[in-house]
Amino acid sequence: MPTNGVPTKITQGSGTRGGIGESTLRPDGILKVTGEFAYSSDLWHEDMLWGQILRSTVAHAEIVSIDTSQALAVPGVYAVMTYDDLPTGVRHYGLEIQDTPVLAHGKVRHHGEPVAIVAADHPETARRAAARIRVEYRELPVVTDEASALAPDAPLVHEHRDDLLQSQLRSTGGTPTVGHVPHPNVVHRQPIVRGDVTSARERADVIVEGEYTFGMQDQAFLGPESGLAVPEEDGGVHLYIATQWLHSDLRQMAPVLGLPEDKVRMTLAGVGGAFGGREDLSMQIHACLLALRTGRPVKIVYNRFESFFGHVHRHPAKLSYEHGATADGRLTHVKCRIVLDGGAYASASPAVVGNASSLGIGPYVVDDVDIEAIALYTNNPPCGAMRGFGAVQACFAYEAQMDRLAARLGMDPVEFRQLNAMEQGSLLPTGQAVDSPAPVAELLRRVKAMPMPPERQWESSEGADVRRLPGGLSNTTHGEGVVRGVGYAVGIKNVGFSEGFDDYSTARVRMEVVGGEPVATVHTAMAEVGQGGVTVHAQIARTELGVARVTIRPADTRVGSAGSTSASRQTYVTGGAVRHACELVRERVLELGRRRFGSYHPAWASAELLLEGGKVVTDGGEVLAGLADVLGEEAVEVEREWRHRPTEPFDPRTGQGNGHVQYSFAAHRAVVEVDTELGLVKVVELACAQDVGKALNPLSVIGQIQGGTAQGLGMAVMEEIVVDPRTARVRNPSFTDYLIPTILDTPTIPVDMLELADDHAPYGVRGVGEAPTLSSTPAVLAAVRDATGLALDRTPVRPEHLTGTG
Amino acid sequence: MRIDFTVNGRPQEADDVWEGESLLYVLRERLGLPGSKNACEQGECGSCTVRLDGVPVCACLVAAGQVQGRDVVTVEGLADFARQRSGGSPEVTGTGSRTGEGGALAPIQQAFLDAGAVQCGFCTPGLLVAADEMLERNPDPTDADIREALSGNLCRCTGYEKIMDAVRLAAARQSEEG
Repeated sequence: MPTNGVPTKITQGSGTRGGIGESTLRPDGILKVTGEFAYSSDLWHEDMLWGQILRSTVAHAEIVSIDTSQALAVPGVYAVMTYDDLPTGVRHYGLEIQDTPVLAHGKVRHHGEPVAIVAADHPETARRAAARIRVEYRELPVVTDEASALAPDAPLVHEHRDDLLQSQLRSTGGTPTVGHVPHPNVVHRQPIVRGDVTSARERADVIVEGEYTFGMQDQAFLGPESGLAVPEEDGGVHLYIATQWLHSDLRQMAPVLGLPEDKVRMTLAGVGGAFGGREDLSMQIHACLLALRTGRPVKIVYNRFESFFGHVHRHPAKLSYEHGATADGRLTHVKCRIVLDGGAYASASPAVVGNASSLGIGPYVVDDVDIEAIALYTNNPPCGAMRGFGAVQACFAYEAQMDRLAARLGMDPVEFRQLNAMEQGSLLPTGQAVDSPAPVAELLRRVKAMPMPPERQWESSEGADVRRLPGGLSNTTHGEGVVRGVGYAVGIKNVGFSEGFDDYSTARVRMEVVGGEPVATVHTAMAEVGQGGVTVHAQIARTELGVARVTIRPADTRVGSAGSTSASRQTYVTGGAVRHACELVRERVLELGRRRFGSYHPAWASAELLLEGGKVVTDGGEVLAGLADVLGEEAVEVEREWRHRPTEPFDPRTGQGNGHVQYSFAAHRAVVEVDTELGLVKVVELACAQDVGKALNPLSVIGQIQGGTAQGLGMAVMEEIVVDPRTARVRNPSFTDYLIPTILDTPTIPVDMLELADDHAPYGVRGVGEAPTLSSTPAVLAAVRDATGLALDRTPVRPEHLTGTG
Repeated sequence: MRIDFTVNGRPQEADDVWEGESLLYVLRERLGLPGSKNACEQGECGSCTVRLDGVPVCACLVAAGQVQGRDVVTVEGLADFARQRSGGSPEVTGTGSRTGEGGALAPIQQAFLDAGAVQCGFCTPGLLVAADEMLERNPDPTDADIREALSGNLCRCTGYEKIMDAVRLAAARQSEEG
């Protein structure tokens, strides 16, 4: 793959193999290919019981009664618990607003809400017992969209909501603002106003208005929610769990369990993907409650059906945009309104609103903007974090607008984007300057310059290969009615937690001699969810400490928080913490060396010393001592927190503020072929160009870009959780009915990786995981529009939208 | 009920099996072989793919009783299986088919590692079994052949590109060894 790197200064260890910048292989790879890697659903304990959750069958109802007696009578059942059995007065949890009941109390607010939990000696016994719990519901009218949520007589999803003042205080730094949230069914609202849209509008020669709809996407990680809770002799509990952030789970769990945090031990079990869907708690508290109640280890594993109810989804959205431009192609202004459906509980909705609004016009320079984003409370499934986090929905809409503007102006869509592209020094709508490379125009140039896939690739000497045509093995066309289209898109994603969040990570690094060889041990609480953070930690330790052998300790809560494996932040922030701890270890090792050997060579006192290849060397390359000799019997260990630059909240009225840490940019070119008679789409190629700052592990970085691209493809043409608008019940909670791309649906994904260092970040890195998920979807939609000539204002696009039959 | 069958070349028996249990449940929960994964348990994702008398199947869709007297190969036995196929003898260790550090992996396992085809790894066992079986049938597959053969195995992390690379790599190495 083409790469073009601006060299980043490497402080240490360029002579040590397996350091940063190399495509070293995963340390967990062998276990994963032999089947020995222990995922959270693989855990086993002698005497363990199986937990099962009973979930609501209706979306909005009063609970008239719950009768557990028949379930308790089933042989093999050890416990049945409802809200009334919770051990303390703390009975709600939540990432930002503690509005989610551990078990439903008096009311259920969405389809699939947990009502009761059961522990039994066989999973089928637990399932059957749960089915014998009698819950009487009195159904209530449902709130499902903005109109029903904000109607004068709308039922309140949270009738006793008391977080309003609290969230206002937080977002204003202490000053309550009346009317910041206009209605109790609005979780959060963020306006962003800069310049003067009214007068800017008068300069516009062309104005384009659009209304867009973004469906509800599921993370669809393959490893189901699962874990094992083991009661401990001191009255505490040890939870082995698949999550994205151990310490966040711990903070939410301990008060509900009535235990001090040091009696709730957390160890990361193998995580089968996450993509945002493991930011919120799922079965953590339930398993611990049953373990503490029964005194037996309890394992809970969701099946796929339950998984669709067991985690939040990506917010579906309605987006209204008005863009203006001059005849020579300069954007004059943007007005937009983004309505995100947060579902029944808040989850990460406030932060998603912050992203959707602050990144709502994309990577373009526009001085006059009027943006509003809100998230609703409804009786739909709760929505929260998913890869791209608020920036994805906006990108779909603003990129469609950019194509429509270009068409109205008679301009090339790529050139029109390049003309308005943000660059280093440009201001966001929040007034924040982008103070690191922002190669938006360059990424578009690169992705456009990549060779085009040949036409009619399905043709072969033996006739049409249907596997390469729309409809595939369904054998629906041999090329008849098939039209090609090409589309482009580019996006901007923030990296790290924004809006003043104290987004730190902790790393503990130890260096000692084992078997005559210096060994570094890295211990963090970082959730390895598949992204390859463990690979990178070992690379950083090798580079900084000059050792060949690095041990990565399992992640647990015996070390400080590493923050969330979210927001493309782990390599930057926990990687930064590992580097920082390594630097401190290095200093101490050199001090030790000076004490022991300083008198033998003047360079100990005068030269810049490095650790390379297991030795202490001068910057001129002269070897002073072996690390094993320097360390002797001593172990050097450092644990430190590390922080990126602080951010600040957005002003609640104007949205102004330095809210973000860093930005990530990717551009896509999609080539599609559409069977216009049946409305079937084949994505032929999905090329991506992305600036990654510095690729610490190029193989892993490209894997992230390709994986994110494929999830965007799914959102473009197939993935949507369908919720019945009358009942707010989920219609397709299975992999039979919720489709994610297969290897036949996914095309080649060539990647052009640009490395422009961000001088504010460790090694110049830029978070990479999310940006490719943004622009992939609108690029595919643009290509389908190009092929069909249709306007297509919703995603995913379905056959009926292309054939006019829907 | 009681079931006797062969797993990865070793006779196994499972007692007190409830009639509704799947082969996947018996492997994972009764025989201590959790390598075959439980991502959907309805035959859509392929992460539990095993060989049943040589044929790749979703272990979640096979009732435990159906495997009585039959021969199952799981990801845990893939290295031995591949070694025997190429004329070698199985590596006998105390725990059966474990493949330790530096121990021989099946060529397809090594190719997945080398190509970066493993991220979270939850789809990997099923993909390995399916890809290995395809290369057994079709040692020189086209890209379209690979995609068709693996279309029953979902992966959510990789976008499949590195998986394609891995299978191509395994095929190329296989043909070099001739």
